[in-house]
Amino acid sequence: MTQQVGVDIGGTFTDSISIDPATNKVRLGKVPTTPQNQAFGFINALNAMALHLPDISWLVHGTTVGTNATLERKGAKVGMITTRGFRDILELGRRDRPQLYGLYGEFRPLVQREHRIEVSGRIDGEGKELEPLDEEEIERAVLTLKKKGVESLLIGFMHSYANRRHEDRAARIARRLWGAPYVTTSADILGEFREFERFGTGAVNAYIQPLIHRYVMRLREELSKGGVNRDIAIMQANGGIMASATACQRSVGTVLSGPAAGVIAANYIARMGGFRNVVTCDMGGTSFDVGMIVDGKPVVTSDRDLAFHIPLRIPLIDIHTIGAGGGSIARVDEAGILKVGPESAGAVPGPIAYGRGGERPTVTDANVMLGRLASDKLLAVDGPVDKDKLTRAMGNLGKPLGLGAPDAAAGVLRVINDAMASATRLVTLQRGHDPREFALFAFGGAGPLHGVAIARDLGIPTVIVPYVPGITCALGCIVADVRHDFVQTIGRPVADLVQEDVTAVLDRHRAQGESVLASEQTPVDRVEIEHEADMQYEGQTYTLRVKLDRATFRVEQLKTALRDAYIKRFGIDLTRFRARLINLRTAVIGIRPELDLKQIIAATHRPGSLKHARIATRQVWFDGKWVDTPVYDRDLIPIGSKFEGPAIVNQMDSTTVVEPGNRVSVDEYGNLIIRIKQ
Amino acid sequence: MKPINIDPATLAVMQNALRQIVDEMDLALEKAAFNPVMSEARDRANGIYHPVTGDVMAQGDTGLPIFIGVMQFAVKSSVAAFPDLGPGDVVILNDPYCGGTHLMDVKLVRPFYYKGKRFAFLANCGHWTDIGGAVPGGFGVRATEIFAEGVRIPPMLLAKGGVMRDDLLDLLFANMRVPEERMGDLKAQVAALNVGEERLTALLDKYGFETVHAYMQELTVRSEKQMRAYVRGIRDGKYSFDTCLDSDGIVLEPIRVALDMHVKGEEITFDFSRSSPPVRGPLNGTLSATVAAVFVALKHIFPEVPVNAGIFRPVKVVAPETIFLNAQHPKAVSGSSAEVSLRVVDAVFGAMAQALPDRVPAACFGSVANFTISGFDPKRNKPYIMFRFSGGGYGGHPRGDGLSNGSAPISAARTSPVEVLEQLYPITFDSYRLRPGSGGPGEHRGGMGMEFQVRIRRGEALSSVLGDRGRFPPYGLHEGKNGQLAEVEYAIGHRRYRPEHVTKDEGIVLRQGDTARVATAGGGGWGNPYRRDPAAVVADVERGYITSAQARAQYGVVLLKTKGGYVVDEAQTAKARATLKLAGASRKKPAQRDAGKPSRQSAKRPANRRTMR
Repeated sequence: MTQQVGVDIGGTFTDSISIDPATNKVRLGKVPTTPQNQAFGFINALNAMALHLPDISWLVHGTTVGTNATLERKGAKVGMITTRGFRDILELGRRDRPQLYGLYGEFRPLVQREHRIEVSGRIDGEGKELEPLDEEEIERAVLTLKKKGVESLLIGFMHSYANRRHEDRAARIARRLWGAPYVTTSADILGEFREFERFGTGAVNAYIQPLIHRYVMRLREELSKGGVNRDIAIMQANGGIMASATACQRSVGTVLSGPAAGVIAANYIARMGGFRNVVTCDMGGTSFDVGMIVDGKPVVTSDRDLAFHIPLRIPLIDIHTIGAGGGSIARVDEAGILKVGPESAGAVPGPIAYGRGGERPTVTDANVMLGRLASDKLLAVDGPVDKDKLTRAMGNLGKPLGLGAPDAAAGVLRVINDAMASATRLVTLQRGHDPREFALFAFGGAGPLHGVAIARDLGIPTVIVPYVPGITCALGCIVADVRHDFVQTIGRPVADLVQEDVTAVLDRHRAQGESVLASEQTPVDRVEIEHEADMQYEGQTYTLRVKLDRATFRVEQLKTALRDAYIKRFGIDLTRFRARLINLRTAVIGIRPELDLKQIIAATHRPGSLKHARIATRQVWFDGKWVDTPVYDRDLIPIGSKFEGPAIVNQMDSTTVVEPGNRVSVDEYGNLIIRIKQ
Repeated sequence: MKPINIDPATLAVMQNALRQIVDEMDLALEKAAFNPVMSEARDRANGIYHPVTGDVMAQGDTGLPIFIGVMQFAVKSSVAAFPDLGPGDVVILNDPYCGGTHLMDVKLVRPFYYKGKRFAFLANCGHWTDIGGAVPGGFGVRATEIFAEGVRIPPMLLAKGGVMRDDLLDLLFANMRVPEERMGDLKAQVAALNVGEERLTALLDKYGFETVHAYMQELTVRSEKQMRAYVRGIRDGKYSFDTCLDSDGIVLEPIRVALDMHVKGEEITFDFSRSSPPVRGPLNGTLSATVAAVFVALKHIFPEVPVNAGIFRPVKVVAPETIFLNAQHPKAVSGSSAEVSLRVVDAVFGAMAQALPDRVPAACFGSVANFTISGFDPKRNKPYIMFRFSGGGYGGHPRGDGLSNGSAPISAARTSPVEVLEQLYPITFDSYRLRPGSGGPGEHRGGMGMEFQVRIRRGEALSSVLGDRGRFPPYGLHEGKNGQLAEVEYAIGHRRYRPEHVTKDEGIVLRQGDTARVATAGGGGWGNPYRRDPAAVVADVERGYITSAQARAQYGVVLLKTKGGYVVDEAQTAKARATLKLAGASRKKPAQRDAGKPSRQSAKRPANRRTMR
């Protein structure tokens, strides 16, 4: 027997899924996350599935250890050795402030100033050495930092993307004296210009590397106690996986990997159902994450910040997050306008409906009030809801607006749905896509509650609710491919480029990627290489990304590619300007063997009739009035069923709301396909 | 027409929808713009304006703050010039004296028609990196008339019925240095208006002309209500505050921003009548920039208030033509946006700090130090212009220390990376770092300014700088101390050169190996430095933000150096904090009579004396 296992750690729950390809038996686990030591939750999640651990043949893990440590500033003590004159780059940032209005806000750099040491040695923008590296200074700096109790070291020199010799030389000296494997060089993590962004991304790596290393070691130890002697693959934010040994080196890749796994799973499921253009909407307790899949591929960006002054410029799946979730609090502002979120009631005290002391009405409360969520069995709560208290709170919210309790609750939902639709629209439009050509993939605990309303608002014709909306990220871990990304800044006019120089970079990237793949020994069916170029017209700072075909690549094609991209995006022809090649990018992807979801669902699904699945009728508020609404048990709905809204579909980890006039069909993979009435 | 019933949920949704339309316009402009000032620095804004009055109905959250109030003046000027604008007509203008700031800020105004009826105006503004004139980039320190600053465009019809007037464009671009780029900028601005038209049409399709109109009106009523509620929270009275600009670049005399803020019930008046008369150099303000700066300051204090005509109603700004904050033709105004307006913000903060001590931070660095090197690169055989503005320290505030190297409050612009500048121009940076000790001491310390030193690698170059806060430091509040002054220093051959006006000069000739050093001010401190947590002082010393001597002199914290680092000498510290008077704490620095000490009811005269440095 073999088990393929995915474990994803989220803010509240640790989710797991295991699939036995031989028998197609699927097991799911959902246990509380253990923030102090995520390894406990990980093991609990495995135990929750009652697996025989030695049967595990493939294990992929998505962790938030790195993300959390960075956001909460609980990472390692990091030292930095940098070019003379540039000690403060990490702290200077790009001249910014945390919010546009309000001059408050402080910043704590990941590397404190007393742990940043300058050394002599300088490279220029063309990679030429202006001043040799002072190796004695390097030695002294390393020893000084070591004495200060620094655990992890970042080496970041000016223009190292153009010439890595100084950084590499310093790293060799440091490794000799350091005695720990935690030495990061900025160009190795990101071969891209812009010192703050490169050093900053490198700093995240140095900051979490010791934590990820220890965490991986602990997991392996625990697993080997249980008889598992396989490597653990680790999820990355780029949507691919990497071997745990790679994760211990390029730890920054784990940051924001959880939401990325969700998009990977969404793509996998949607593609099987024939949907190639998809907006993914993941709504949980505090946040709403939107991602995009275009023509069967998740959109990847490399222009993100993790937080104020914490750049994260590695390629990652482009996910836009806003503070909208079940816990988002509703209030009336000074202008008498209803506002919902971004403040959240969190898990404690939580919504009023949780009965844990929450006093302020939330989105979850509005859903309970309007009959959309069952008041007798909320996932996170043991007891029944205090309905009087809920009605009172909604009534109070509505009073200054002149609204009764149900209308106030409906208003809360309308405002939050509108905010989520706006976020979705912005993400799609920003990339030049028309939302009407997409399907909306709703997941996370609260996604299916709101997906239909968001789709209706945007004119999206179809909503997909996967079979297990709450475990989607864990599934994403299992189905993800192996992926390694490389970037090299060129920064020259296209007219000055030499064909061989460009292809040499692309080929070097490919060789690097293939060598990492070979060392990782993760089983893959085949290897795919994707090359891209970031380009701009001279004088611009914003770049557009174009695809390159290595086989037919000619430098001259770059100009045409940029022109086409510009016209497509902005409708402007700028060919009279000089085109510049800024960066070359390569993704080396090891395609993993496909899982057949159909078999899995078929094997786990109970036969029966739709009538059998209809377990109750209750009053649900739609369009200003109470409507008798059938409630279905998701696990009992047969494959191929069709029904019309209004309907509520209950399942262990989520609730789906189907509005009046929507038509639902259950596809062969167990997904609910909801056609929206426009 | 039957009255529209206002539904609360629709109102919230409509507010969001309007904001988003404008945000999308901002985004379109940013992504398509040709110059980094508009795209990377986001020196641009878009808005929706009333179809008859030109009042602002919605402006985005991502637009450059200083354009908050400016744009509606531009729309009003356009309406006055062309009362019969039809579909497809576009007005272009940059006239500082009718709804403008400096000449580089070019505005487009277009009426939006829905089913044959005018619903609103759409307008935007973007900073062009060159607008002609004597100095590349437009910041001519020696300009005494607008004619030297560039091409002035009164409201002109750029397009009629959707057809561009190429002859007008030819005339404009014939007077600018890089016409192709400016064409790109113009197209980006037009593209943003197109996005707005498309999205507004969709909104009207969904809700109908009358309904959207009614909700837009209601939103301004609500914002007015919100603004009035904030003003009501301020105790009635007169709050005065004076602060100074160093000089105008020509005459070495301080320029005073003197504010009397009158609060009565729900209305507030910002009266600048006591301020200095117009000046000879480019440090004049325009009325619209002055009004806008007042609103920027208010929005920093009350960030929740949305930008529409409602917030202007309870607020009155008095700036007669006799003062430099309302300069008239043909006064030079290139310093109006970045420098003069920052001092207006300082004055509003200073007055507000007396009224709302728990909400207002001490003064920030107050000058972006516009710095230019232009020359000819012999290796690449082409001319270049490098422009760099800088950040500085924010003031300490009720909740904590000020941010270091923050963006100017009137801006959101980010600086270009050193690696990018070194790639593009024949220069190298010797350093770019924090400026230790520059933050004003306080219970909550001011943030630090930055300093950079840049060196000419090849060829000969000309440098100019237009900054401020080189003579009068950013003020501290509530016994907090001032931030350190800005500095500019050139090393030319073996000679060191500091401009007479400290941060204002032009035509400085640099050769290979010569350097320029620019250092910006730190923010003012908030609260008595003797109340600062000694542990925070230790951390500041460990990090080299201040020296241990400064810890003792400024904070009364005596440190012992041990093997593991610094520790507080509790006994000595208690003694120092008990015996040293606060005034003595800054004995090492000459007492800086700061230009505008907070004082209720009476305004002190500004210091005309140059601070010893």
